[in-house]
Amino acid sequence: MTAPLLEVEDLHAYYGESHVLHGVSFSIAEGETLTLMGRNGMGKTTTIRSALGLLPPRRGVVRVRGHAVTGLRPHSIAQLGIALVPEGRGIFPTLTVREHLVVTARPGRWTAERTLELFPRLRERLGTLGAQLSGGEQQMLSIARALLTNPDLVILDGATEGLAPLVRQEIWTALRRLRAEGTAALVVDKEVKALLALGDRHLILVKGRIAFAGTTPQWRARAEENLALLRA
Amino acid sequence: MTLSLVALQLLNGVEQGLLLFLVASGLTLVFGVLGVLNFAHGSFYMLGAYLAFWLAERTGSLLFAVLLGVPLMLLFGFLVERLAVARLYQRDHLSQVLLTYGLVLLFNELSRLLFGNDVHPVATPALLSGSFKLGEVQSWPAYRLFTSLSCLVIALLLRYVILGTRFGMRLRAGASNAEMLEVLGVDVRKLFARVFSAGVALAALAGMLAAPLTTVYPGMGESVLVISFVVVVIGGIGSVRGAFFGALLVGIADTFGKVLVPSVSSAVVYAVMAAVLIWRPRGLFGAPAEAR
Repeated sequence: MTAPLLEVEDLHAYYGESHVLHGVSFSIAEGETLTLMGRNGMGKTTTIRSALGLLPPRRGVVRVRGHAVTGLRPHSIAQLGIALVPEGRGIFPTLTVREHLVVTARPGRWTAERTLELFPRLRERLGTLGAQLSGGEQQMLSIARALLTNPDLVILDGATEGLAPLVRQEIWTALRRLRAEGTAALVVDKEVKALLALGDRHLILVKGRIAFAGTTPQWRARAEENLALLRA
Repeated sequence: MTLSLVALQLLNGVEQGLLLFLVASGLTLVFGVLGVLNFAHGSFYMLGAYLAFWLAERTGSLLFAVLLGVPLMLLFGFLVERLAVARLYQRDHLSQVLLTYGLVLLFNELSRLLFGNDVHPVATPALLSGSFKLGEVQSWPAYRLFTSLSCLVIALLLRYVILGTRFGMRLRAGASNAEMLEVLGVDVRKLFARVFSAGVALAALAGMLAAPLTTVYPGMGESVLVISFVVVVIGGIGSVRGAFFGALLVGIADTFGKVLVPSVSSAVVYAVMAAVLIWRPRGLFGAPAEAR
């Protein structure tokens, strides 16, 4: 059996003195789409930041293809083939769209041209500064920028949050295409229906602990309980 | 004031401004990208001047001194970043001021120890010792033309690197969101070290070019540091373009101030700064707060 692409084991993370993650464990196989659900403040972003080395965990191990990466700096972890589309999109305000497609790109299947086919709207905005894009355009650009690092795993923290319905559709379509191409994804979002339609497996995080982990049929089998976990 | 005198002062002001730009561009980049308030930046100007003096004495040529000295100062900047400045990125400005001011004292003492308290002249290269006549009485030294043109070439080169290369993109991206850059696979520590040592080399180069004009003496970096901060504030913190126009403005204002109102000349530059800030509170090319 090959090692999972990303494996997180017994992750404990703190912000100052407050204990945010209490032993989170999960794994993502090559090409798999995993979704991460949970109310605000349950530790979704913290889980992602810990796994990527942005918030080094106090306890626990993160492995990429079986190799422990805990303690490595974020750029080294990213170079193993993981790209982030962060909460708030992380667009560089003073760089143009075209520059975003170059600034962190690494050679591979994804070229600037292919990302522009995925998000045609960006093509009309190539010379526009990041700060002047709409929220939807920023999200498309953030995804395009992540794909251009040619990752094996894309982590989307808030795939469609705060976007107009039509734009959301476009993002979900793009994510389905990614999945069809065999790129693994870890997707955080508020739209449970869309996540269930997209993901192979799902996690629900409650107060820094995994409260549910399972496939889509398993999720549906206890839909009532799961929805209760997600209700604010 | 005759026309030729005005022209002479204008040329001197531009020349002084261009040299100032070399210092201020590094200062504004280090503050804008690394977030470090670097009080030691003037010291690198001084060390450059001393290095030019020392190397020119040994090699007999200021040109060799510059060609040898700039790479040495790049390396030196890299060491200072790794050993000292890199510890400051997570700290507040007070810690930064304390450490970099400590470096100023250290470098000043070091220069006194090695070269004494004397003022050292540096010879203008023979090839550039001539001058151009401006009207009846005035003339402008060829060496000043040479430094002006050198600074202009470097300004254009900087512009190309910042706007036209991937390194420049990363530098601009890092100024607004270094964490994002890191998490997409860019070694931000390495990027910062390069930016810092480039800033050191630029300041040192300014010191080397200025050495024949100003002579070399302990503490010569301090006045340059203060005036460079004025330039950075006028231009807009973090903006290299701002530093360019700010430096020209300060250079010209300072030169004319010394001629027209000698009794209050030292205040002229600050009056210009105040006027610019009233007009544009973030400086000429300062980014609005939300874009930084």
